[in-house]
Amino acid sequence: MNFDAIAQNLPLYFAGALTTLKLLAIALAGGLVAAVPLAVLRSRPQSLARAPVWLFTYAIRGTPLLVQLFLIYYGLAQFAVVRESVFWPWLSSPWFCACLAFAINTCAYTTEIVAGAIRNTPHGEVEAARALGLSAAQVMRRIVLPSAARRAIPSYGNEVILMLHGTSLASVVTLLDLTGVARDVNSRFYIPFEAFITAGALYLAITLALVGLFHAAERRWLAHMAPRR
Amino acid sequence: MLHGYGASLLEGLAVTLGVALASLAVACVLGLAGAAAKLSRRPLLAGAAGVYTTLIRGVPDLVLMLLVFYGGQALVNHLAQRFGSDGYIDIDPFVAGVLTIGFIFGAYLTETFRGAFLAVGVGQREAGLAFGMSRWQVLRRITAPQMLRHALPSLSNNWLVLVKSTAIVSLIGLNDMMQKTQQAAGATREPFVFYAAAALLYLLITSVSELGFGWLDRRSARHL
Repeated sequence: MNFDAIAQNLPLYFAGALTTLKLLAIALAGGLVAAVPLAVLRSRPQSLARAPVWLFTYAIRGTPLLVQLFLIYYGLAQFAVVRESVFWPWLSSPWFCACLAFAINTCAYTTEIVAGAIRNTPHGEVEAARALGLSAAQVMRRIVLPSAARRAIPSYGNEVILMLHGTSLASVVTLLDLTGVARDVNSRFYIPFEAFITAGALYLAITLALVGLFHAAERRWLAHMAPRR
Repeated sequence: MLHGYGASLLEGLAVTLGVALASLAVACVLGLAGAAAKLSRRPLLAGAAGVYTTLIRGVPDLVLMLLVFYGGQALVNHLAQRFGSDGYIDIDPFVAGVLTIGFIFGAYLTETFRGAFLAVGVGQREAGLAFGMSRWQVLRRITAPQMLRHALPSLSNNWLVLVKSTAIVSLIGLNDMMQKTQQAAGATREPFVFYAAAALLYLLITSVSELGFGWLDRRSARHL
């Protein structure tokens, strides 16, 4: 084992970890912002948008993230319309394409998580709100969504971890995230064990930190559902 | 529309299914072993299984795959040199892919099988023992068949995730559906068409799997 090269390149690893965290934060923020309205549409029995939203989440959840990334990064470039459009500077950048693909992917999973939490709202909560004279929009905003958000925390925590692991695909489109740095160090020094184990250890540390964060969130916001001590 | 690359994509589909099924077999063996270790009364075994599942779930599949592929390559060649071979040995991407994906999903299935085992009532086991069956007979005739039904929903979920994970084996050079798609996309300069076709084929696998598991689920619960 030769960890000298790793020690020299440690700043590179930290920069890679920062890139990974940035990718994760952008994807999660974009995905969550789009997922909440989609989940509301998805959980309304009479809405016209129900079927298209279902199709979107079904297609995204049924295909690999790698295919989605390639479809956006390599696929869109096939069309002259795209290459000549004002969006081309963004759509030709691996950074933007990776963020977009990750955001769309996590959006589909988050939509299902939030829609499931909305469906599991106790009937009494909604009936009580209606009885108090709240409109449908008010019920959604003041009662259903806050209560669903709490119930979604455990599954959303899992989704965040899976997305963290998904961001490792950014290295495939040349980005120097944590995995990208490890691949770079391996190809320069030919030390596969040291290079990838270091990256793996950093991913593990980030994962454990996120798990701790979500446990704290559960204790804070789901305390009323915990078994009585 | 596919410029004659349809057959090539279907060949890739067969490889993808091959990797997925072989990985599932490895994962089931590891999952059962892991569950047995976690449920055993020996703290060392249970601890080892705990470390295994935590480590695997904390590290991305791509990193593990690169570690197994490049690391395995280095290790095998180092050993070969020590034993006096001077050739260079290449690791087969199929083997590296199956081992890595099987190893990863073995960790997830450990939790699946552990939960399913605990879901079978203790009374069932006790009744079997009271009838004079040996522990092995109880496991084979009573616990295992009932456990399988409890494991089915999680098994189906893990299978769907596993199929999608196999796409990354193309990155270490396996000629699976993803790589065939890349070749066709490059040759025809129509990447969108081919990646969309690959997406549809993956969707086909997941849809058929869902139907199949739904059928299995209804079948295994028909006596209830």
